[in-house]
Amino acid sequence: MSKIGEGNPQSQEKRDLLVLLERAQSRFGYLSRETIAELAKSLGLSISEVYGVATFYSFLSIKPQGRNVIRICKSLPCYLKDAQTIIEGVRREIGIRPGETTADGRFSFELTNCIGACDKAPAMMVNDDVHGDLTPKKIAKILQAYK
Amino acid sequence: MPEKRVVLANCGVIDPEDIATYINRDGFKALKKALKLPGETVVEEIKASGLRGRGGAGFPCGLKWDLARKAQGDEKYVICNADEGEVGTFKDRYILENDPFSLIEGIAIAGHAIGARKAYIYLRAEYRFLLGLLEKAIAQAKKKGFLKHLDIEVRQGAGAYVCGEESALMDSIEGKRGEVRYRPPFPPTSGLWGKPTIINNVETLMNIPRIVLNGAEWFGGMGTEKSKGTKVFSVSGDVARPGVYELTLGSSLKELVEELALAKKVQAVQVGGATGRIIPCSMLDTPLSFETVLGAGAVTVFNKSRDMIDIVYRTLEFLAEESCGKCAPCREGTEAMAGILERFSRGEGLEKDITVLGELADTMMLASLCGLGQAAPIPVMDSLQYFRGAYDNRIRL
Repeated sequence: MSKIGEGNPQSQEKRDLLVLLERAQSRFGYLSRETIAELAKSLGLSISEVYGVATFYSFLSIKPQGRNVIRICKSLPCYLKDAQTIIEGVRREIGIRPGETTADGRFSFELTNCIGACDKAPAMMVNDDVHGDLTPKKIAKILQAYK
Repeated sequence: MPEKRVVLANCGVIDPEDIATYINRDGFKALKKALKLPGETVVEEIKASGLRGRGGAGFPCGLKWDLARKAQGDEKYVICNADEGEVGTFKDRYILENDPFSLIEGIAIAGHAIGARKAYIYLRAEYRFLLGLLEKAIAQAKKKGFLKHLDIEVRQGAGAYVCGEESALMDSIEGKRGEVRYRPPFPPTSGLWGKPTIINNVETLMNIPRIVLNGAEWFGGMGTEKSKGTKVFSVSGDVARPGVYELTLGSSLKELVEELALAKKVQAVQVGGATGRIIPCSMLDTPLSFETVLGAGAVTVFNKSRDMIDIVYRTLEFLAEESCGKCAPCREGTEAMAGILERFSRGEGLEKDITVLGELADTMMLASLCGLGQAAPIPVMDSLQYFRGAYDNRIRL
């Protein structure tokens, strides 16, 4: 609580840590140890501070990710609409479980909390795209578009 | 009472990519009117309207603005909270998709009212697909000369439920982990970078141009004594017509879920998302208002085939995952509750667990730093009150 509101002016760069991490994430697909160390050095922050921010947010990853990230919503409104069958369907289609990345680096597969598409449940995101009203049958066709 | 579209008046009517279609429907008229008035007069109008925050907490909007306006310092901020992460909520997504201009006008009026020159829209990572539309709308408003007094910047979240909580949200904009702050000080006196700041939900700001244009009295004519205006609800779960509905405050839950969303064989409804109240079907006549139940307007319907313990278990599992971890009552309490509920869902509950749940709830409500931990026990205690039989049946003898 010492940091807050004490008029300790931060440089514009420190303020932008999250923005810079988001940028690195979308450019490299993940935040490597080197990226984190470089950012820390250039902003005058400790590595642990940058690591702390990098690991707090679910859309930032310190592990290499596939070219496309599938996030299936596991929150209640989707759960009520059999999200489990969609999770199974994706697992069968790409042959990996949540938390894994395909050997060819095409897909990473994650489960996520509410994505705000409950009116189209069950729903998932592939990268920034939202796909709703899913059925196991629709999955193969949707994933085809992501190379 | 049927649907009443005040906040959503332009949704589906204007082209969200073309500012001209918004201007044709009295767009930016309220801003022009407000800019001719002193900030104080605008704040007084909002105060008189009785508008309360639509993000869940229901704090009087005018009072918040008044505190920030009167706070010392020439650098002040307006933040629009578009980090709609509450489970079962998607109304802000619908609003942003369909009418970004009313939001921009509301933000512009807020900036003038409190004397801010910079505003942020904090957009959740899951809504990144809306970033282009939003930035285009801001650029059009700027080009038309509506944003001479205020710079609006969109900041993207990176995936964290707790960042919808205003102090965590500010830490996130400051580039830090989105952890909750100790309060006081409150944002209107010391917010973003320690400067006076107002943080308003998307829907709250959508109401501003309507109030400025039509007057506080018009707005106060809708709703109940302590809940003025309308509310936009997100209805999902076991209903035939899930979606976004806007109703005058004080309308009944029954009307929303059975008449509009066409729910059948309702067992219970959760109002307000993961930390919301659980209303059994026998109480469907409950009016929707700040005095009764509301939250941010997430309404999740469970039919009679659902296992309420499984539902509450999943809810607590979610809260345990999304707790920011800064304070022990929330970090440990949500984990402990989820553990007990998981045992019950397997039919392995213990007699003493019921007492333990109550003790955990008391501690969390009393000692948690923010609304997440304070409200996390609500669905547990509500389910114990209304569905006690389901718990008793799962106690291992």
